[in-house]
Amino acid sequence: MIDQEKLYNIWVYLQAEPLFWLTLTIGSYVISDLIYKKSNLFPLFNPVAISVLIVSFILITFDIKYERYFDGAKFIHFLLGPVTVALAIPIYKKWHLIILNSKAILISLIIGSFFAILITYILSLQFKIQEELILSLLPRNVTAPIAMGISEIIGGIPSLTAIITIITGIIGASLGIFVFDVMKLKKLEARGFSLGLVSHGIGTARAMSKDKNAGVFAAVGMGLSGLTTSILVPLFLKIVM
Amino acid sequence: MLNSIFTILSFQLIGEFIQKFTEISIPGPVIGLILLLGVLLIRAKYFKEHHSIENNLVDFSERFLTYLPLLFIPVGVGVVMHLSLLEENLISVISIIVLGTLLTLALTGFIMEKLLKNDNPK
Repeated sequence: MIDQEKLYNIWVYLQAEPLFWLTLTIGSYVISDLIYKKSNLFPLFNPVAISVLIVSFILITFDIKYERYFDGAKFIHFLLGPVTVALAIPIYKKWHLIILNSKAILISLIIGSFFAILITYILSLQFKIQEELILSLLPRNVTAPIAMGISEIIGGIPSLTAIITIITGIIGASLGIFVFDVMKLKKLEARGFSLGLVSHGIGTARAMSKDKNAGVFAAVGMGLSGLTTSILVPLFLKIVM
Repeated sequence: MLNSIFTILSFQLIGEFIQKFTEISIPGPVIGLILLLGVLLIRAKYFKEHHSIENNLVDFSERFLTYLPLLFIPVGVGVVMHLSLLEENLISVISIIVLGTLLTLALTGFIMEKLLKNDNPK
């Protein structure tokens, strides 16, 4: 006979410790990555998206607060900083490619970043959402810390912006390939750059796992669009409002 | 491996310090990235021979970067758990994001494809 009370007590103990949540996070990623590879890299089985769904499902089913989970998962979250610094390495190794294509990068950067803001604004008007939400949406295609900073400056809600940028990242990373295939884009560098510019870190992660050149162009697109967007959004608002 | 971890953390630390000090909206780790890239490029320009610290850093970073997707899971879960913040706007916001993202991906990718040099070495 299993002692139910004892099991319950063990669970109470374990769920208060980081170990359980770290194991769950890494475990769901290992499983998602396996599904992704078994599915022949089918884009909708994006490992980040599937892992997020698995962990969220477990948290909701067992009625666990996000703060409790994050208390353990923060050790993984912390690595986002160092891994951003580490992106310097592939960029450094492919620096000649970036210099060679600097003109293409600059033009695509400015048009792409501006279009991202414009189309978000036009669609927001079409869907008739309130102004505060529009302002939270405008910087959505850059990495969360930059987007939240812009949102705060222009009068949006930074925490909403954080949510919106992550959704943008996951959607771009999992659906981007369909767009590129329809457009018949052959150059992996172009696909990567576009993914990084639009879907920041999550898009870059996706490009990195596909091809080295694509990954480097994604990292460059992510970094540059962060800078450009923080200048363009306030300018854009001055014109339209 | 330890000297690679130390190098990366140091650059992030310097980046965070500069961010707080100057109060610019560029995140500390991005400043760290730019500084590390700058140091590597300058070093490569003036010193031709490869240093073992740099070789270690290259190996370590490339392995580290393969885990990049994993690191987004904690934030991603936060998004799902806080979707209720969007309330009655959820459908509109998701529609705007999906349409906006796909259109921007298409346009940026298209321009880049047209402008890129044709023979990029691997």
